[in-house]
Amino acid sequence: MIGRLLPILIFVLLGVLLAVGLKIADHKTEIPSPLIGKPLPPFELPVLGQPDRIMTNADLIGEPFLLNVWASWCPTCRFEHPHITDLAESGKLRVIGFNYRDELADAQGWLRRFGDPYDLTIQDYSGRYAIDLGVYAAPESFLVDAEGNIIYKQIGAVTPEVIENEILPRISR
Amino acid sequence: MRHLFLIMILLASCPLFAAGPVEGDKEPLVFTSTEQEDRFKQLTVELRCLVCQNQNLADSDAPLAQDLRKEIHDMLVAGKGDEEIKSFMVDRYGDFVLYRPPVQGNTLALWAMPALFLFVGGIAVIVAVRKRNLKLAGQRQGASK
Repeated sequence: MIGRLLPILIFVLLGVLLAVGLKIADHKTEIPSPLIGKPLPPFELPVLGQPDRIMTNADLIGEPFLLNVWASWCPTCRFEHPHITDLAESGKLRVIGFNYRDELADAQGWLRRFGDPYDLTIQDYSGRYAIDLGVYAAPESFLVDAEGNIIYKQIGAVTPEVIENEILPRISR
Repeated sequence: MRHLFLIMILLASCPLFAAGPVEGDKEPLVFTSTEQEDRFKQLTVELRCLVCQNQNLADSDAPLAQDLRKEIHDMLVAGKGDEEIKSFMVDRYGDFVLYRPPVQGNTLALWAMPALFLFVGGIAVIVAVRKRNLKLAGQRQGASK
């Protein structure tokens, strides 16, 4: 009896496996960040276009902020930019820009064209600090709390759903 | 013909996504000893490119892979050990960056599966062969009566 049911059982099991696999497929290339819960790694980077104005952790930490990794060569960044702008203009959260591996002229041109909602933008021309953040694709955004710890990382575009469900709830505690 | 064209486009598309960011230093990476160079080759083969996730750092042309190769080179020349370099990567990118994930709770299934399947498959074969032999033996008895 079991012998006859066995193929069907195996088929159902495989079906379940397939269903689970298909469900997580959309997010399969997202790599969870090992930095969640850890302090923002130390940095020393210039403000975009102002090479004499160097920012460090001490300059930014104290109030929660969203560090938004963007670049002029990143098409998805253009897609999320209106949502980032909405968030910044709502006044609910400070938004700091992080320009990743971009030529200065291209970055500034992009901001002129699409708007500059950021409190300020720090520039990682070489991408060296981005390695410390574990950045592997733009856009990525890091939510940093008032103590300077990374409490959430968004891989891919920030959307209104992400803002409502992931970002705002985490800072209203 | 159409299929061939599509396949070629898919194969070529990974480097395409990599176009865009500031071009990194195209200087060749120079090592101070052949031992360092060997360790470099070994490490870049064991570490995953996170942009083109089924390539290792040795093969990938993505700007991030270039950056990470340079980082590994700089650490080797500075005298860092292999384990230290791997920890550096895992601290920033997680276990996924290693092609050989550490044997721990959540990877136990991954490591055990091949052996498990072999074992189960082996049992299935033995059972099937035994049943067949019994059946054949029964037939022979029946025929000789």
